[in-house]
Amino acid sequence: MARLNVNPTRMELTKLKKRLATARRGHKLLKDKRDELMKRFIELIKQNQELRLGMEQKAAECSRAFVMAGAVTSPEELSQALAYPSCNVEVQVSDKNIMGVTVPEFTYSVKEGSNDPYCYGFVNTCADLDSAVVKMNELLPVLLKLAGTEKAAQLLACEIEHTRRRVNALEYIMIPQLEETIKYITMKMEENERGNITRLMKVKDMVLEKK
Amino acid sequence: MKIGVLGDNENVMGYKTLGFEVACCDTKEAAVCGLRKLARECAVIFVIEDTAKDIQEEIYEYQEEKTPAIILIPGSGGSLGIGMNALNLQVEKAVGSNILEGKDNG
Repeated sequence: MARLNVNPTRMELTKLKKRLATARRGHKLLKDKRDELMKRFIELIKQNQELRLGMEQKAAECSRAFVMAGAVTSPEELSQALAYPSCNVEVQVSDKNIMGVTVPEFTYSVKEGSNDPYCYGFVNTCADLDSAVVKMNELLPVLLKLAGTEKAAQLLACEIEHTRRRVNALEYIMIPQLEETIKYITMKMEENERGNITRLMKVKDMVLEKK
Repeated sequence: MKIGVLGDNENVMGYKTLGFEVACCDTKEAAVCGLRKLARECAVIFVIEDTAKDIQEEIYEYQEEKTPAIILIPGSGGSLGIGMNALNLQVEKAVGSNILEGKDNG
């Protein structure tokens, strides 16, 4: 491991020792953060997988129901019937904090003109369309729950990746580098000290010889 | 904020009944255009998988942002597995190996 390019002085040594202490502390904290994030992520992703499996099945059913309805009704009549929806879904975004990661939380409100989900007259449409619309209304809460968990999982995955990178950088680059440099400076200073002592002894001998 | 849905005309029809903001598209360019438009005004965008498979890069751009949340949903042909695949990629990115698949096999 390459050591840092610094002068081997006492001042540098103190500075580096302080940096090493901070790096060690940061490493420990980040490691804890990574472990906890991972725990939350695994919980979330399992929930997400279940929701997605359920949603995919239901959504495919819904789409199929609409295709069936489209087969019976003419496309013009169908698009006319659905041209003006009776309800209007709005979503509110609030922030939730998971281990320092802000994830959005979606709550929805349905603004309905009437309590009736059907936005069309029954004269030109078929019964298949009615059941398709009912199925669609049942799908809505699942869809929005999935949206929340999936986004949270995405954001957490990004954060875990960043944190892991930082932990590794500290563990395998920063800390060994600092340790090596501190060792180098201590050795250099000890060597200087030894050189100094030998010189003093030599001088002392020379002085004694002269007398 | 609104909820958007992006896909071909046949598939997005149903989502219109819920009062979602709908963007119909048949070509890749129209899909990208629709996605950008919806991303400005919607908090959640549902994209039909058949459309999403052509614009994966554009969808990926929004992944690290808080909103919009882009969720893939299957069309009338059933699931293409793109949504599930994206989920598995997330796990691989975070954990390093795919733990969800291991659970299925075991």
